[in-house]
Amino acid sequence: MRVTIADTSLRDGMHSVAHQFNPADVRRVARGLDVSGVDVIEVSHGDGLGGSSIQYGIAAAEDEELVAAAVEVVERAQIAVLLLPGIGTLRRLAAVRELGATVARVATHCTEADISRQHLGWARANGMRAVGFLMMSHMLSPSALAEQAALMESYGADVVYVVDSAGALVPVTAAERVAALRQRLKIEVGFHAHNNLGCAVGNALAAVDAGASWIDGSLRGLGAGAGNAATEALCAALDRAGHETNADLFALMDTAEEIVAPMLPRPQIVDRDALLLGYAGVYSSFRLHAQRAAEKYGVDAREVLLELGRRRVVGGQEDMIIDVAAQIASARTA
Amino acid sequence: MTEPAVRAAILGPGNIGTDLLVKLGRLARIDVRLVAGIYPDSPGLARAREMGVEASADGLDAVLARDDIELVFDATSAQAHARAAPLLEAAGKRVVDLTPAAIGPYVVPSVNLGSHLKAPNVNMVTCGGQATVPFVHAIDRVADVSYAEIVATIASMGAGPGTRENIDEFTETTAQAIERLGGASQGKAIIILNPAEPPILMRDTIFARVREPDAAEVEASVVAMVEEVRSYVPGVRLVLCECDGELVTVMLEIEGAGDFLPRYSGNLDIMTAAAARVGEAIAEQMLGVPG
Repeated sequence: MRVTIADTSLRDGMHSVAHQFNPADVRRVARGLDVSGVDVIEVSHGDGLGGSSIQYGIAAAEDEELVAAAVEVVERAQIAVLLLPGIGTLRRLAAVRELGATVARVATHCTEADISRQHLGWARANGMRAVGFLMMSHMLSPSALAEQAALMESYGADVVYVVDSAGALVPVTAAERVAALRQRLKIEVGFHAHNNLGCAVGNALAAVDAGASWIDGSLRGLGAGAGNAATEALCAALDRAGHETNADLFALMDTAEEIVAPMLPRPQIVDRDALLLGYAGVYSSFRLHAQRAAEKYGVDAREVLLELGRRRVVGGQEDMIIDVAAQIASARTA
Repeated sequence: MTEPAVRAAILGPGNIGTDLLVKLGRLARIDVRLVAGIYPDSPGLARAREMGVEASADGLDAVLARDDIELVFDATSAQAHARAAPLLEAAGKRVVDLTPAAIGPYVVPSVNLGSHLKAPNVNMVTCGGQATVPFVHAIDRVADVSYAEIVATIASMGAGPGTRENIDEFTETTAQAIERLGGASQGKAIIILNPAEPPILMRDTIFARVREPDAAEVEASVVAMVEEVRSYVPGVRLVLCECDGELVTVMLEIEGAGDFLPRYSGNLDIMTAAAARVGEAIAEQMLGVPG
């Protein structure tokens, strides 16, 4: 199968650096990705356009500056942005389209596809490639997920992704979801993995076998929680599994090793908090926020994450982390 | 003898319109004479008739055709209100706009109830704005807010097609109201839908960066505002009020009154309760009676 590789080092990877990549960082990474033959490079705040906030983390630079920096250095790759309706708006999407972004990835919680209608429709009507992103896909059955994907298709999506935001899927559950979408949709299906259970590359391979033709990765596995499927490992594994990509493996390895690795503030590993995210099915972006709140209130980050999972908190509800940590702390002193 | 009342219509017989009808029914100064929608088989129109109120499927035209109607509550959508507003104004009807169309000045009862009682069209901002602007204002009046950001999380079940289709308008209108009414130099709004079962109550978080931090004054002002808002939305509860240097964090939970809408949909209740409060004040002004 021919697979389109979308690298999200400069979007999901923002979570690894608390949204601090600046335009100079973006130029270096985007240049390396472009030379390596990656098809799509996603550039935005970790929580998408307009994500810079106290809730999610104040970014080092505006989304527009970051997109402009990436557009400036690429020759082949398309530049994508992420937009979460409720956080980002069409006004912001229009601004980055003017700057040269050509792919709009519109993300909703997996049960809320109908809030993406305006944004997917606008992207399609304005010559952008429209991509639907169903986050926290582990929370829905394959058939219910396919129904939500069909809504995105009806709004004009060219591709719909199964997004494992919590890194809670394993190869068999990832494949079931991709297969359900593949069967239901006429358009392409994508898969976005998180490595919280150590399954990111394996899940991506299973997704391709089940019919996914767009796969996300990030260099060195940069990203929320334990990170994404490492693009360099993903492309090597896809090659060995007999699939085709446009990637130049050595160039990818060099970009990961020489440009991205020195930028990492901490190793991108499956530590106990990240593992718990996958095990409890909690949104990966909560990891660093939970660690900070746990430290502030003197509680165990794992307790906070487990309680968030129990309350079925969804992506975007970072404010609940503060509430839960404060409650655990006050229950202890009471 | 019955007291004089302003004759009113509700445009949009959805969940919001029906809940508003229940609330307006309790007010002596407002007499709802018509509920208008656009689908003849709308359950909302049937509910209005059951409650003894005339209902029409001719939408805006039904309202415009009625010379006796003086005050109109628009509970449709931002796009529909943008079309309706000039026609209603030309017909001399006063309008309380519950959509995020933001054509008239914003009104949040606990902040500026008396400011626009003679305006032809007043806007109720958004549910998130009604829930959070009072608290941005409460912080600003004692600590001078440079930046305020609100996060409104509502149950998926409580977000009807209006909210879903107007999600950009929600964030933009709420952000503007945080600045204009809340007093923040810069405002930002985020909305999250949560599908958990049983449905969650509305949650609102306000983050404010302040120029003159004074934890005791901020807390006293926020607590006073909770009481003020509770006078028309009894289900508001303060979960957290914390000052950490220049950052103030306030968290609220809002349970609805359960008039027509389920109790978890505090987001809709705060909108209809605020609109009823504003409608009552406008009616008193029109009738020249003291509130």
